[in-house]
Amino acid sequence: VYQVFESVAKKYDVMNDSMTLGIHRVWKDILMHKMNPSPGTLLLDVAGGTGDIAFRFINYVSSVRERQLQRKLKHRQNLSWQEIFESYQKDKFNSLGDSRVVVCDINREMLKVGKQKAQHLGYSEGLSWVLGNAEELPFDNDKFDVYTIAFGIRNVTRIDLALQEAYRVLKPGGRFLCLEFSHVSNPLLSRLYDLYSFQVIPVLGEVIAGDWKSYQYLVESIRRFPPQEELKAMIEDAGFFKVDYENLNFGIVAIHSGFKL
Amino acid sequence: KEEEEEEGGWQQLYPGHIPTSPLQKALLAAGSAVMALYDPYRHDMVAVLGETTGCLALPNLRDKMKNHPEGYHILQERPRIRLSTLDMGRLQGLPDGSLGREYVRFLEDNKVSPDTRMPPKFVDDEELAYVIQRYREVHDLMHTLLGMPTNMLGEVVVKWFEAVQTGLPMCVLGAALGPVRLSTRKLQVLATELVPWAIRSGLNASCVLNVYYEQRWEQPVESLREELGIFPPP
Repeated sequence: VYQVFESVAKKYDVMNDSMTLGIHRVWKDILMHKMNPSPGTLLLDVAGGTGDIAFRFINYVSSVRERQLQRKLKHRQNLSWQEIFESYQKDKFNSLGDSRVVVCDINREMLKVGKQKAQHLGYSEGLSWVLGNAEELPFDNDKFDVYTIAFGIRNVTRIDLALQEAYRVLKPGGRFLCLEFSHVSNPLLSRLYDLYSFQVIPVLGEVIAGDWKSYQYLVESIRRFPPQEELKAMIEDAGFFKVDYENLNFGIVAIHSGFKL
Repeated sequence: KEEEEEEGGWQQLYPGHIPTSPLQKALLAAGSAVMALYDPYRHDMVAVLGETTGCLALPNLRDKMKNHPEGYHILQERPRIRLSTLDMGRLQGLPDGSLGREYVRFLEDNKVSPDTRMPPKFVDDEELAYVIQRYREVHDLMHTLLGMPTNMLGEVVVKWFEAVQTGLPMCVLGAALGPVRLSTRKLQVLATELVPWAIRSGLNASCVLNVYYEQRWEQPVESLREELGIFPPP
């Protein structure tokens, strides 16, 4: 799996856009809205490679923070302009409100691409990049408010271990969120989806990334991955409560959620 | 799951072979054509285009080889042109004007290596896969015989020659669309002198794949040109 992602790293984003016709962006936005993080949240994004979730998180908490500050300003109408200016300045330096995201990935190349993207897009605060394995995370217990894994868990050999690690590093009250390809139950849609997956995606891989085999692997790994209910049971086995899932696009993708109590 | 079973039924006919459905071949042909035009440095796309569109030209070439004594020999022995199989020292020591000496000179001057040719992936016949491999490895020898460098102009001229010789749609497309990126001055030279010469030579010459080059390193280039029917370069 490692070698697949080494060769795939640089063209990852282009491939995602081509394969999903840009819809993966919407899926990730929906994930972020479901998370609804407030400023001060500490997020761990596992298999987060090129930073898609991390950047969305930063955007989200920044805008929430922005609104918070605006509300604060409105309540200070009795103060002098000088006092308002000073308190605004103080808060401005904390534009993320102490929110932080740690991006963890097993692949150095993916992290490299992520860091370059961050620089290019102007993200500097609140981001950390850590090399690590989802089955054995380099973090202490009870550290994070939210754990996400977007399109990463199907590449983990021992999903149960990854889920256990997720449980371990989350604080009590913390939330587990998983965005992943899942199973389409509608038979007609399923056939069309299979046709597209097996006929078109490896071709896209060859034409765009010069790599048929990696994308053939990707399509096959999606088919092998446990369906919605089975994944839900696995998440419950790891100790999470109130485990639920939401199908997107008829089950092509699903968001699973659970809480550590 | 259905697709998986269908594909499992197809065999890998040679190392590197990726069996593909007709739909996949069509998509690959279209996609590689677009990508090759968009990014001329994607030589792998040119290769893929050649493989997916060569279903008529390749058997034709193979038959030409089968019906010619030297070509038949090549199909039997399957020689490969690679740095590891070439005795560079010996070739460099050959007299000036000989095929071997000029070939090595060409490789050095243009800083190219025969090892960068893509192995075939999408040809669904093991013998045809060799034919296209041979065509690719012999390409540098074409440059040598035609006296053309590896710049855009030189490549286009060689493509015209190859298009006439092989009938491969990829060569035809390359020959027709390659000039798009050339300056007007170069286009003039191309149109008035080089392409007519390349076409005439291509039509007149016997099949270039029927030459066992590895056994002819000592032969002078001019003599080989005459033997094949390639007119002297302008």
